[in-house]
Amino acid sequence: MLESINIDTIDQLYRDLPKSVLYNSDYDIPSFMSETELRDYFTQLSENNQPLTLFSGLGVYDHYQPAVIDAITSRQEFMTSYTPYQPEISQGTLQYIFEYQSMIQTLTGMDVSNASMYDGTTSTAEACLMATAIRKRDKILISRTLHPNTIKVIETYLKFKGLKWDYIEAKEGITDIEDMKNKLDQDVAGVVVQNPNFFGLIESYDGFQEAIKENKSLFIVNADISTLGVLKSPYELGADIACGECQSLGMPLAFGGPYLGYLATNKKYVRKMPGRICGYTHDQDGKRSFVLTLQAREQHIRRDKANSNICSNQSLMALFVTVYLSLMGKKGLKKVNDLSYQGAHYLYDKLIKTGKFKDPFKQPFLKEFVLETSLSKDLIQEALLSNKIFGAYDLSQFGESYENLVNFAVTEKRTKKEIDRLIDVLEGLS
Amino acid sequence: MMNYNHLIFELSKEGRIGYSLPESTFNQTSIDDLDQKYLRQEAPDLPEVYELDVLRHFTNISHKNFGIETGFYPLGSCTMKYNPKINEEIASLKGFKNLHPLQASSTTQGAHHVYYELQKILSEISGLAEFTLNSYAGAHGELTGLMIIKKYHESRNDFHKNKIIIPDSAHGTNPASVVVCGMDVIEIKSNKQGRVDVKALEEAIEDRDDIAGMMLTNPNTLGIFENDICEITKLIHKAGGLMYYDGANLNALLGKVRPGDMGFDVMHINLHKTFSTPHGGGGPGSGPVGVSKALVDFLPNPRIKKLDDDFYVEHSGDAIGQISSYYGNFLISLRAYTYLLTLGKEHIKHIGPLATLNANYVKEKLKKYYDLPIDGPCMHEVVFNGLLNKETEVKTLDIAKRLLDYGMHAPTIYFPLLFPQAIMIEPPETESLQTIDEFIDVMIEIANEAQDHPERLKEAPKNTPIRRTDEVFAAKAMIFSYKDYKAYQKEGE
Repeated sequence: MLESINIDTIDQLYRDLPKSVLYNSDYDIPSFMSETELRDYFTQLSENNQPLTLFSGLGVYDHYQPAVIDAITSRQEFMTSYTPYQPEISQGTLQYIFEYQSMIQTLTGMDVSNASMYDGTTSTAEACLMATAIRKRDKILISRTLHPNTIKVIETYLKFKGLKWDYIEAKEGITDIEDMKNKLDQDVAGVVVQNPNFFGLIESYDGFQEAIKENKSLFIVNADISTLGVLKSPYELGADIACGECQSLGMPLAFGGPYLGYLATNKKYVRKMPGRICGYTHDQDGKRSFVLTLQAREQHIRRDKANSNICSNQSLMALFVTVYLSLMGKKGLKKVNDLSYQGAHYLYDKLIKTGKFKDPFKQPFLKEFVLETSLSKDLIQEALLSNKIFGAYDLSQFGESYENLVNFAVTEKRTKKEIDRLIDVLEGLS
Repeated sequence: MMNYNHLIFELSKEGRIGYSLPESTFNQTSIDDLDQKYLRQEAPDLPEVYELDVLRHFTNISHKNFGIETGFYPLGSCTMKYNPKINEEIASLKGFKNLHPLQASSTTQGAHHVYYELQKILSEISGLAEFTLNSYAGAHGELTGLMIIKKYHESRNDFHKNKIIIPDSAHGTNPASVVVCGMDVIEIKSNKQGRVDVKALEEAIEDRDDIAGMMLTNPNTLGIFENDICEITKLIHKAGGLMYYDGANLNALLGKVRPGDMGFDVMHINLHKTFSTPHGGGGPGSGPVGVSKALVDFLPNPRIKKLDDDFYVEHSGDAIGQISSYYGNFLISLRAYTYLLTLGKEHIKHIGPLATLNANYVKEKLKKYYDLPIDGPCMHEVVFNGLLNKETEVKTLDIAKRLLDYGMHAPTIYFPLLFPQAIMIEPPETESLQTIDEFIDVMIEIANEAQDHPERLKEAPKNTPIRRTDEVFAAKAMIFSYKDYKAYQKEGE
């Protein structure tokens, strides 16, 4: 090889580089390990983590992951392929993206879904940017019942883009419509809410879409995608943009990622939607085919005129979603919600009966709820941890305004025995 | 198998189930107890299929996909190197996979260790002070890095510094990220050698006090090293700006040059390029962002810190804020950490030189057949401007499509925009000489075909699951879901 290039050593390939930038020593990093050593090292490291029985969620839920998901998503044809810019040899990826978009479409009730976003927080932030681009206004109203992490990410995106925001206060754990109406002004491009909300409560959003439409603003609904098997879809709530997290559809907890954010909207706004979109077409022989389309919206074409800088996103995680929803179907997804609902309500009733917990809101919920307690948070955590339980998450870790509130979540994976054990542990505290 | 042509929805038969869920043990309540006003009116139109249907469906459509284990992937700027299997095994360990991000830090020390140590190794390799792993992809890293630059200027009350210089050869994400970050782009033309024109740069920033920084890929998107890099960084620093390194082409420099030593202040790395994590058909990637010492306080929250032997999570008021739910794509970070420990300091230093050797070899072998617009040594990738023989009607697109017939992935085409028929080839270090020679032979064969049988290229590909697609129809028809598809079919009836 060297001969073909007319050089004697590989180093000569770097001969034109300024000497001052050449790095001539070894990196100060660990030495290499053999495969056996790697296995030992990482097994040991993984044992420094303690997987727990989960009774809190806060946006990341311990739902059932069918074995089929790993079998399919680990196929090299899906896992190691590049972004499907060559449709002739990427129909596998493009078809599952089309199926993914179809499933998000039917769950949200919106016209069109894109091919995925990074996670639920960034998809919500991008939805806000999208609203400001559509309405050519510069303010977003954020409900206080959004997950604090989602609020933080929205704030970061808006702040740097030079946009404004205000908050809609909560009343008894629910977004206060009167406060929203007072704050809807001519600058408001969009109003963003969450369902079920940060407290796990199901909001009806009665009257929201009318007030928002009258103000010519857009209604952005962040919904836990899994609950849309039973709860009103963002479309039914009157949303113009639907967004949120898909981790609950077959993805592992993974210490926070990779997950996937979904984003869906009305067809009339599709050209302002960030991210990739897959569309149906045919090849020159008339065969059904799928391609990435409307690329003129995207950064690699529009550069500084693009509405978003998003490039690669979470394609393989969209395959997780597609396989999961294929397996669950409409019945399975309803059953997941039903079982979670039953378990969560069983736990709720028992906790209230202990007399150590009170419900500050008394609103309907699905799989997640918050309670008020006068028990010491440290005491609770100590007791739960020694029983290998993650639960009663102290919401004040997200801010002082959540003081005395603890979170519980129950999925279909939690057995009655596990729930009873949690109740026993908490009942024994004083 | 290649002719398999069903959508999962078309396999659906009412009543079929593909899941295995427990029976209810709580008989007092049901989701139907909820007030109707909260419930959806119609069940979602999800398919009802058996487990085996699902497996066969996705296995069949997978056969229509090309992956790294299928064949050679000479995609310029994408660094499609082998994704080692050990990475996957480690990333599937239950102790990592089944960890909730909000668990008490005492129960996640192993995960914190991975995060902390990986960011330390990335810092050393880059010659920078600290990395965040919270950004999900390259473009997300760019945005994060630009936020840090903006925040730095604001912390010095330089609110007027909002212009970012970008060469015209840059990736499209660069200017798009600048705008999303609320700043403006000043584009600089390249000189004849495809490098930043230092004089043009000097003129562009002369007498300006609003320069926030400059984004640069080095080697640039032509695969050429910016030899004037020290002058460039000096000029930008003198103007009060910071230098941003787009890590898309970092593979070329591993073992040879550290971005920090060239004077860069902020950078991102694409773990899915340089550090062997799978592309996943377009994500999940990961785009860690590194900064020099002066910028460490601005890194996004949360951060993982170490005190003696314990790791802990910190949220700082000086940070740009939060840019992701938690710690980025953690399982991707874990794969990259595995890869780095597989190579260690003994082997990682060979990556840049071997990738560079491969590219120069391809360049020398193909320049007799393809138009090499800029001669001289290249780094890890080489850009041709179509065929040397400009007489034929064959375009770069035809060459790319013909490669598919030969069982190889196409190179990156029509980028960078500087050359109208650009073909960008990157042969990563994990490819053997035999594979590269085979690719060269195929490219030569295609060049000959272009002369003797141009129709073979115009009609290509023929040996693929589908042939060239009607993209205009896709954009016009706007069929984005099964619902749209059914409506379209109905219309046709």
